[in-house]
Amino acid sequence: MIEDVVSVKLPVMEQMTIKKNRFEPITKNGNEKRICIVTGVHGDELEGQYVCYELVRTLSENCHLLNGIVDIYPSVNPLGMDSIKREMPIFELDMNMIFPGSETGAVAEHIAAALIKDISGADLCIDLHASNIFLREIPQVRISEETAPRLLPYAKMMNVDFVWVHSSSTVMEATLSHSLNKIGTPTLVAEMGAGMRITKSYGDQLLDGIFNLMAKMGIWLGETKKVSHPIISTDGNVSIIYSEASGIYMPAIKHWAGISEGDHIGDILNPLTGTVEQQIFSPCSGIVFTLREYPVVYQGSLVARILGGC
Amino acid sequence: MNIETIFTLKSTYRDDFRIDGYRFGKGEKTCCIVGALRGNEVQQLYVCSQIIKALSNLEKKGNITYNHEIMVIPSLNPFSMNIQRRFWSVDNTDINRMFPGDSSGKTTQRIAAGIFDFIKEYQYGIQFTSFYISGDFIPHVRMMETEHKNVSLANLFGLPYILLRKPKPFDTATLNYNWQLANTSAFSVYTNETETIDESSAQTAVGAVLRFLSRMGVIKYQSHGGYMATTLEEEHLMSVHAKQGGIYRRIKQPGDEVEQDEPMAEILHPFDGSVLEVIKAPANGIVFFAHKSPLVLENSVVYKIIKRLHI
Ligand SMILES: [Zn+2]
Repeated sequence: MIEDVVSVKLPVMEQMTIKKNRFEPITKNGNEKRICIVTGVHGDELEGQYVCYELVRTLSENCHLLNGIVDIYPSVNPLGMDSIKREMPIFELDMNMIFPGSETGAVAEHIAAALIKDISGADLCIDLHASNIFLREIPQVRISEETAPRLLPYAKMMNVDFVWVHSSSTVMEATLSHSLNKIGTPTLVAEMGAGMRITKSYGDQLLDGIFNLMAKMGIWLGETKKVSHPIISTDGNVSIIYSEASGIYMPAIKHWAGISEGDHIGDILNPLTGTVEQQIFSPCSGIVFTLREYPVVYQGSLVARILGGC
Repeated sequence: MNIETIFTLKSTYRDDFRIDGYRFGKGEKTCCIVGALRGNEVQQLYVCSQIIKALSNLEKKGNITYNHEIMVIPSLNPFSMNIQRRFWSVDNTDINRMFPGDSSGKTTQRIAAGIFDFIKEYQYGIQFTSFYISGDFIPHVRMMETEHKNVSLANLFGLPYILLRKPKPFDTATLNYNWQLANTSAFSVYTNETETIDESSAQTAVGAVLRFLSRMGVIKYQSHGGYMATTLEEEHLMSVHAKQGGIYRRIKQPGDEVEQDEPMAEILHPFDGSVLEVIKAPANGIVFFAHKSPLVLENSVVYKIIKRLHI
């Protein structure tokens, strides 16, 4: 059943509405578990669109296999998604900087608060992201150190390649996931693919994970596929490589491939002078789980993240 | 006066990114004044240019006192200004959410670090800035409510109000907050405008800074007294929300007094012009903030009012 979560009148004859699709078992006993799948906090991240479509399609066709409640929010920043903007248009605000919001605050805060209220109390929430237009990510779950004891068991069921247990900063406190975890609604952040793109194989991989998770939670009674065991790592094992020159990045490696210390990662080129501004070599051995997708770089542009200690 | 380049970043397609500062006087690093951090902060740029003009004249007459150095940085973000974007030209990140920065991190973190390492040495820090919700304020000094805040110094600007803000998570990455943490007495000065120049509030801001500097003994300057400031806490301001979306017709301006139930603004139907809502004052008070854009969304905060307590 499609429901409105929050709705705001725009100035010129239009209503902005965040919608969700709720699936429930045919007969309810009142003790059903509930899972929320949220995507589109960043309007330029589209990987979750295919995941939501497939999830809704499968659940619609198999209502009899449902033993819990599934709430699917395909686009919590609908104006951003429509206008190819990461932020909420009008306010130019990153939605993940305004949670938990405030019911009496400005429009963006009010929307954020309404979303939190709607999700709160769920047994699990998955906030699905798709990196940004600059970087490509392998399917991964990110959780903070504080939430790891509670969330790691769920993260392992998600059929992702990698679980990143990261330290948190104060700025991150304004994210949807932090705000929900803080009020006791366990929330995982999944990241995969690249902004403005849909990678079907990643979507299918994550869908297997979501059905597995729902089965383990007792929400889904249908068949599930065997899921893979992710590599679990903390910040200490992640090496981040930034460009030290400005120019065009040409990769010399493949995404999610093994790499040895000293291997050539790529070059920063100057198309006007025909010179190589920087040759980039790997500072450590490991696997490249983040790789730059967008070629134009500045000093300080992220080029790759490598899983493997230096 | 001495012009120096504080930070540079090579660009492939444009001139190199450069942050320039204007140095006045010699000796102790007394005061640093920062203008536009965002590409649309034109009023903030203008105010700095007028301060530089005034300080140049004072310096020529020998009116910058011994052992005091003043640094003015009109724009931390000329790249975004030149292409009329509010945030960083490449990835749309906000430099004012990157402090204290990281010299080996992301591009905007490097910019923040490059500038912050330089300006944190100053005893007083003054920043002209804009709010994330567009609209006009009564000119005021704003500071984060941390243990480092110095309200009595904020009084020396002689502006009518000092506003204290309890830091929210994103505030911890702003310049004002990190300046305070680095033991610089930091003040953010808000004037009426951002994207267009408002001459009278710009002059108010220039006057306030010169008054502050003269009262601190940094410059010799004859300033008129200014106001005895009232200190407000942001959370005590009363928000007035629009209940409709449409064309916004503002009646009350920042600084106006309002009486309870007095009409403050109207929201008109965007097509037929009929009045959808008359926004009325919820209490007696003074308008501190007013929404600016001619269009308005449902639920927008259109006014913030300083409620009068003893009427
Ligand atoms: Zn995202």
